[in-house]
Amino acid sequence: MTATVGQQAQAAARASDVWKVYGSGEAQVIALRGVSAEFERGRFTAIMGPSGSGKSTLMHCLAGLDSVTRGTVMIGDTTVTGLGDAGLTKLRRDKVGFIFQQFNLLPTLTAQENILLPLSIAGRKPDPAWYDTVIDTVGLRERLGHRPAQLSGGQQQRVACARALVARPEVIFADEPTGNLDSRSGAEVLNFLRNSVREHGQTIVMVTHDPTAAAYADRVVFLADGQIVSELIEPTADTVLDTMKKLDAPAEVGN
Amino acid sequence: MFRATLKSLLARKLRLLLSGLAVVLGVMFVSGAFVLTDTLGRSFDAVFSDAFSEVDVNVAAKPKVALSEVEGEQVATPVPASVVDRVKAVPGVTDVQGVVNADGARLIGSNGKVVTSFGPPQLGENWLGESDLLKLREGRAPQADDEIVVNVALADAAKVKVGDRVGVLTLAPKKEFTLVGVFGYSGGRDSVGGVNEVAFTTPVAQQLMLGKPDVFSNVTAQAADGTTPEALRDDVARALGTDYEVKTGKQLADDASASLKEGLSFFNKILLGFAAVALLVGTFLILNTFSIIVAQRTRELALMRAIGASGRQIIGSVVLEAVAVGLIASVLGLAAGIGVGALLAYLFGKLAGGLTLAGLGVPPAAIIGAFAVGTVITVVAALLPALRASRIPPIAAMQDVATPDRPLTKVTVGGSVVTAIGAGLLFLGLGGHAGDNTLATILGGVLFAFIGVALLTPLISRPVVALLGSIFAWSVPGKLGRLNSGRNPRRTAITAAALMVGIALVTGVTVILDSAKGSISALAEDTIKAELVISGAQTGPRPASFDPAVLEKAAAIPGVRLVDGEYGDMATMNGERTWVAVSSDVAALERIFGAKANAGDISRLNPDQMLVSSDTAESRKLSVGSTVTVQLSRGEAHTYTVSGIYESSQLTNPVVLPPQAAADFAIPQPIQGFVQLAPGTSVAAVQPQIERLLADSPEVSVADRAAFIKQQTSQLDTPLRMIQILLALAIVIAVLGIINTLALSVLERTRELGLLRAIGLRRAQTMRMITVEAVVISIFGALLGVVVGTGLGAAVVRALKDEGITDLVLPWSQMVTFLVLAAIIGVVAAVLPAIRAARINVLGAIAHD
Repeated sequence: MTATVGQQAQAAARASDVWKVYGSGEAQVIALRGVSAEFERGRFTAIMGPSGSGKSTLMHCLAGLDSVTRGTVMIGDTTVTGLGDAGLTKLRRDKVGFIFQQFNLLPTLTAQENILLPLSIAGRKPDPAWYDTVIDTVGLRERLGHRPAQLSGGQQQRVACARALVARPEVIFADEPTGNLDSRSGAEVLNFLRNSVREHGQTIVMVTHDPTAAAYADRVVFLADGQIVSELIEPTADTVLDTMKKLDAPAEVGN
Repeated sequence: MFRATLKSLLARKLRLLLSGLAVVLGVMFVSGAFVLTDTLGRSFDAVFSDAFSEVDVNVAAKPKVALSEVEGEQVATPVPASVVDRVKAVPGVTDVQGVVNADGARLIGSNGKVVTSFGPPQLGENWLGESDLLKLREGRAPQADDEIVVNVALADAAKVKVGDRVGVLTLAPKKEFTLVGVFGYSGGRDSVGGVNEVAFTTPVAQQLMLGKPDVFSNVTAQAADGTTPEALRDDVARALGTDYEVKTGKQLADDASASLKEGLSFFNKILLGFAAVALLVGTFLILNTFSIIVAQRTRELALMRAIGASGRQIIGSVVLEAVAVGLIASVLGLAAGIGVGALLAYLFGKLAGGLTLAGLGVPPAAIIGAFAVGTVITVVAALLPALRASRIPPIAAMQDVATPDRPLTKVTVGGSVVTAIGAGLLFLGLGGHAGDNTLATILGGVLFAFIGVALLTPLISRPVVALLGSIFAWSVPGKLGRLNSGRNPRRTAITAAALMVGIALVTGVTVILDSAKGSISALAEDTIKAELVISGAQTGPRPASFDPAVLEKAAAIPGVRLVDGEYGDMATMNGERTWVAVSSDVAALERIFGAKANAGDISRLNPDQMLVSSDTAESRKLSVGSTVTVQLSRGEAHTYTVSGIYESSQLTNPVVLPPQAAADFAIPQPIQGFVQLAPGTSVAAVQPQIERLLADSPEVSVADRAAFIKQQTSQLDTPLRMIQILLALAIVIAVLGIINTLALSVLERTRELGLLRAIGLRRAQTMRMITVEAVVISIFGALLGVVVGTGLGAAVVRALKDEGITDLVLPWSQMVTFLVLAAIIGVVAAVLPAIRAARINVLGAIAHD
C-alpha cells in the first residue's frame, strides 16, 4: 500500500519502494518491505506502529543515517540513496535536523551554545531575527546560559528542538521526542513543534508510539511488519488509538 | 566547533593531565638535556677564558698522538728550554714563561689513599709565582726541591695542611715533599673547574711531570703595550718555524672548552636516548587515553555527526584536543626540564669539585625541542583514535549501539608484519650487514619490534590474562576483576605494552651485561694462570698504576715463579690509532694468558721486535717480518719488525711491544701486575709480602684471582645501575598509564559498579575487584617485557659472540623481581581508581540517565 497525500512537487522527503534487510541467511531480518511514502512540505507527519514495525528504521533511512537495501530516498530534490560520506554530511548540515528521545545535548556547552552548535559546525552565522523567534517560541531566553544538567527534561528537549529549528532545515526528524518526558512537558514540546509547522512552515517527521503525541500531527502513517498499513489525516488521540488497536490484531489487517 | 572541543577538553582536564604527564616527563628529559649542556658549556667557556686570561700567546709542540676527550688525556710533547729564549727575542713580548703542566700528579692524602678525580685532570706544574688570578692563601712559595704548594681544594680533599710531609705520585714512583703553602684563585675559588694542582719547583716539575730536565710543556708570553695578541702570535710563529703550535690565549680557551664539550655532547645524547624511551612509552599512554575518551564520547561524537559535522571535523576536534594537551604538557615539561637541567648542572658542578656555574641557560634548542617533541608525539598518538572517532556513524546518537567486539585479525596481521620487519632489521644490524648504519638499524629494529609486539598483544592478552586472572578467581571480586581485565583486550594490551617497553629494555640490558660479565669471568677463570693480581679501581680517566720496582722485588720472593707487569698506551701505528701494550715479561703471554702462537715466536722480544694479535694482523695486513712504525705518547717514532702473531682472545691486547717501549708511554708505570706462584706455594704466604711492596703505591692493591675477576666484572655494575635507574622512569610512566586506564574504566562502568554495590558488593570488595584488574594488567605487561627483553638481549649476545660474549646468562632472580615489582605496581596503581570506585554513589549511579 502506498500513502499518497498532497502534491508530489511539495514533498520534503520521499521514500520509493524502500527495502531494508539486516543480516543474511537464517539471521535475516526484513525491516522494511517496499515502503513508499511522501512527506509534504510544511506539514507535521507522525509515523506510528508497534515495536518492531520498522518505524525507526524508516526514519533512519529517510534521514540518511542508515543505508537502504533497495529503493530510493529523497530529501527535497536531493537523492539520498548512494550519497557518500561527504554528501551525507552536507545533507545533514543543510537539509536535515534531528530531535532525539535522549535529548543528546553536549553537557559541557551552555543551552545557547548547544542551540548554535549545528551552525557553528557548518561555519555559518545565525539569522538574528530567526534566532530570536526560535528562542522566544521555545521560551528559554532566561535559561540560555545554563548547562543541560541545570535544566529540566522538558527544558532540555526544548533546547534540542531549538537546535534543530535554528538551522531552518528542509525537514526535522524527531525520534520519540516525548518518550523521556512527563505528560505536561511532553505536551509543551509537541505544541511547540506543531506551532513551528503552522507558523513557520517547518516540515517535521516524528516517530512515536504514543497516540496522544501522534494526535498533534497533521497526518499519521501506520507501519506494521515493515509495511505501511494505514494512515489518518487530522488525527485525534481516539482515532489513532482505534487504528493502533486494529494493528495489534494483525489478523484483521492481514488482508 | 572549536569552542565545543575546548569545552569538552576542559571537562576532562584531569584525565588528560594524567596522560599528558607522560609527555611532560619525556619533554622534561629533552629540554633538561639541552639546558644542562648549555649551562655547563658556558660554565666551561667562562672557566677557560678566565684561566687563560693572563696568556696572550702560547707556544706548544704538536702532540705525538692526538686524542679526543673520550679517548683519554693527551700527552703534550715537551718544548725545549731554548724556546723560551727564542720567544724572548721576538720584539713586542714581555713576561715570557716556561710552563710545566701535565696530568698525573696524584697527592696521597692523610689517610694514605690517593686523592681521586672523577674527571678533571690532576695537574703537576712548576710554580710560576702569584698573579692577579692566583694567590697564595697560606704559607709561601716552594723554594727547595722537596717543597710543594697545592690548591686549597686539593689540600682540603687530602686533609693535609701547611708543614705536613706529603707523598706525591708522578711519572716517578712516590716521592715525599713538604707542603709549604696552599693557593687559591680570584673570586674566592679553591680550584678552577675542579682541577687538582700540585706545584713544584721548576726542575723538579720537569723531571717528575715531563720525564727529563730542561723541557717545558709550553711557553707563554704577554704582548707588550701596543701589540695585539694576534700580531704577536704571528710574529712568534714566524720566529719559531713550523715545529710549534702558536696560539692566542683566546684560541686556547676555545680549544680546551671545545674538547670538554665533545664529552658533554655524548652525555647529551644519552639523555636524549632516555627521553626517546620515555616518549615511546608516553605514546602508548596517550593512544590509550584518547581511545578510551573517544569510546566514551561515542554518543556525543555521533550527535556531532548527526547535526552536520564532517568526518574531517571530528578528526580535527580530537587532534585539536591532542594539540592542546601536547602544548600544555610541553610547557610543563619545559619548566620541569629547566629545573632538572639546573639540578643536574649543580650536581655536576659539585662532583667536578666546585665548577662555578654560569647563569642557567635555556637555549632555543630546548624550547623548540620541547614543543616539537611534546606536541608532535601527542598528536601522532591521538591520530589513530581520531580516525576511529571519525568513523562513528551518526546513527549511534539514536540508539545504544553496542560496540561490537571488532575482530583482531587486522591488528594481528599488522603486528606480525611489523614484528617481522623489526626482527629483520635487528638481524641486519646485529649481523653486521648494515655497514655504517648499524646503530640506526638496531634501534629501528628494537622500535619496530616493540610496536609489533604491542600490536600482537591484544591477541596474546586473551589466553594469558585468563590464565593470570585465574589465580585470583577464588573470590567473587577477584573473578569480576579478572573478567574486567579481559573485557577490552585492546585497552588491556596497550596499557600492558607501555609497561612492557620499560621492563623489556631493563631486562635486555641486564641480559647483555650479565652475559658479558659471565663470559669474561668464565674466560678469565679458565685462562689466567696467575694466583695473585695487582690492580686498582679506576675512578677517573686515568687508570691506577704502581711502581715498576715492585715487579722485580716480587719476582725475588721465594715461591714466585713469574711476575708480569702490564703497561698500556694509545699510540699511532703506521698513522692509525691503536691501543698498544707492554708485558714486562713477554713469556707471560703464553704462560699466564694462555696465548697461542699462530706464526713466529711469541715467547721473547728484542727491542726492535713486536707481537700482534691475529685480529690486528688481519686488519692491518701484517705478517711475521712486516715492519711497522709506532709513535708513542712520548719520544720519537720507532720502527719494529713483527716477530710473532698470537691468536686473539678476550684477554689479549692488539699489539705487544718490548719492555723498553714502556718508558715512552703516557703512563710509564704498570697498570696491572700478575703473579704466578710455583706449585705448592701458599697464596696466603706471598700475598702479605707483595702488600708490603705496594706500600708506596697506594692506588693499587693485591688480590687473589677470584677477587680480581670479581673486581673487573663489577666495573659493569655501575653502567647497569645507571641504565636501570633511568629506565625506571619509563616504568613510572607505564604506572601512570595503568592508573589512567583504570580510572577511565571505573568512570565508564559507573552504572555497573553502582549496580554491583546495590546488589550487595561491599566497598572493600569493590576495591579488591579493581586491584585484581590492575595487578593482572601489570603482571601481564611485565611478563611480556621479560620475554621480549630476554629475546632482544639474547639476540644481541648472540651477535656479540665474536666479541667474546659466549655465555648467555639469564638474570632469573632479576626477572622474578620484575614480576613481583609488577604486582606491587599494580596494587599501587589501583589505589586511587579503587577508592573512586568504592565511593560511587549507588543511587546516583543506577538512577543516572
